[in-house]
Amino acid sequence: MTIKTAHQGGAGIAGIGLSVEQLSHAYGARQALDGVTFSVARGTFCALLGPNGAGKSTLFALLTRLYASRAGVIRVAGHDMAATPRAALARIGVVFQQPTLDLDLSVWRNLLYFAALHGIAGKDAARRSEAALQRLGMAQRAKERVRDLNGGHRRRLEIARALIHAPDVLLLDEPTVGLDAAARASITDHVHDLAASGLSVLWATHLTDEVRAKDQLVVLHQGRILADGVMDEVTAGRPLRDVFLTMTANPPTVAP
Amino acid sequence: MTAGLIALWAILHREALRFVLQRGRFFAALVRPLVWLVVFAAGFRAALGLSIIPPYQTYITYDVYIVPGLLGMILLFNGMQASLSLVYDREMGSMRLLLTSPLPRWWLLTCKLIASTAVSILQAIAFLVIARLWGVKLPWSGLAFVLPALFFGGMMLGALGLVLSSLIRQLENFAGVMNFVIFPLFFLSSALYPLWKMAEASPVLARICALNPFTQVVELIRFALYGALNTAALGWTVLATGVFMAAALWGYDPARGMAQRKGPPADA
Repeated sequence: MTIKTAHQGGAGIAGIGLSVEQLSHAYGARQALDGVTFSVARGTFCALLGPNGAGKSTLFALLTRLYASRAGVIRVAGHDMAATPRAALARIGVVFQQPTLDLDLSVWRNLLYFAALHGIAGKDAARRSEAALQRLGMAQRAKERVRDLNGGHRRRLEIARALIHAPDVLLLDEPTVGLDAAARASITDHVHDLAASGLSVLWATHLTDEVRAKDQLVVLHQGRILADGVMDEVTAGRPLRDVFLTMTANPPTVAP
Repeated sequence: MTAGLIALWAILHREALRFVLQRGRFFAALVRPLVWLVVFAAGFRAALGLSIIPPYQTYITYDVYIVPGLLGMILLFNGMQASLSLVYDREMGSMRLLLTSPLPRWWLLTCKLIASTAVSILQAIAFLVIARLWGVKLPWSGLAFVLPALFFGGMMLGALGLVLSSLIRQLENFAGVMNFVIFPLFFLSSALYPLWKMAEASPVLARICALNPFTQVVELIRFALYGALNTAALGWTVLATGVFMAAALWGYDPARGMAQRKGPPADA
């Protein structure tokens, strides 16, 4: 019941930011991912939609090399994650579901720390951090402790931080969890803009209202891909919420 | 500056800032050995007679004897705490961030270890100053030698903590590690009593104490405090560091270790 539609208008390898081929992963006997294949072109916002337990977190763990996959290939901007992991990681920006900012350190310090982990220091790090804050309109808050920022600002800061080393691919794992409606909408808009500027964005979520009609939609359920295509072509005019619930309500069990 | 050194500096700087900001952690780490020094040593001063054993050249009081053991205790608790906090979600996030860096993983873990050891050394120095003010007689000449000894000891115990953090998926609390790692390491060592004293009570236990890597750290520090080098202790400490580091790298190897556990990451 896999639905496939054309969504990458003639994109060659050069146009692919992230590609995943036949990726499988098991914890003991439990198969968490089973032959997952999809790719995200540059300039594309790809929503990875799946209910809890679909395998999204496992996929992110493999994409960020917390785990290594034994079956399948991950390529980031053409770099094979298994063969050249460091080159691949250098092209990825990640926003984890859990907050990873140091709450007691300043906004500025957090940005410099991350830059240094990517080998960027001195004037270059300062210039990039300043640019990141300018984009967020937070230049005057550089000295503030992260603890004093609200949840929406913290998330935006994490996104800005993930872009300091100018990656080709931006991964976000349920980035709007715990945010109010306004912050959620604003961050969803912001990341759509980032995709439009040329990044390959993979946005994991279980909230259908974060996906837009022209976004690429990948539906993951029980470790398999059920659909991969432009959102309005996959839904064919029906509300995404209904399509998603129908797809993931595997008889006889009912998915949440 | 190469990328590796930039990262090392940043990780050290971050750990130092967090150390300065988390005063509670600093005082807790300082109060523990001080209580032992002030209360425990006073109570046992009469009960435990000590003979002259190297590196001591004269009769010493019990509080002088346990200072190296208490320095070891600071390294032990800090090494465990720094790494075990990784097990908790709060810290696991920052560890995941660290591991997405394009630098080699062994280097990132080594940086982390050096940073937590540096914090341990600061606490050990603070303890030495207070012990001195309390009236414990230690030669000034040993201070220059004790710093490298603390470094080697801190690296070894920090590496042990890293191994544990890579093996233990979720901890109910710190108590399990207290009971099964910290207490055995501390009590089955020369920290509180010389090994010949232990041998009088039980030769088997004395053998175990001698094999305990923590004993080697304590003896390394004890000799260093008197400007002497205990080559055997240094050798065993470095060897144990190598073994624990190799185990930690195995544990954090993305193809093994954590991935072998039966479950997705904690935030699944």
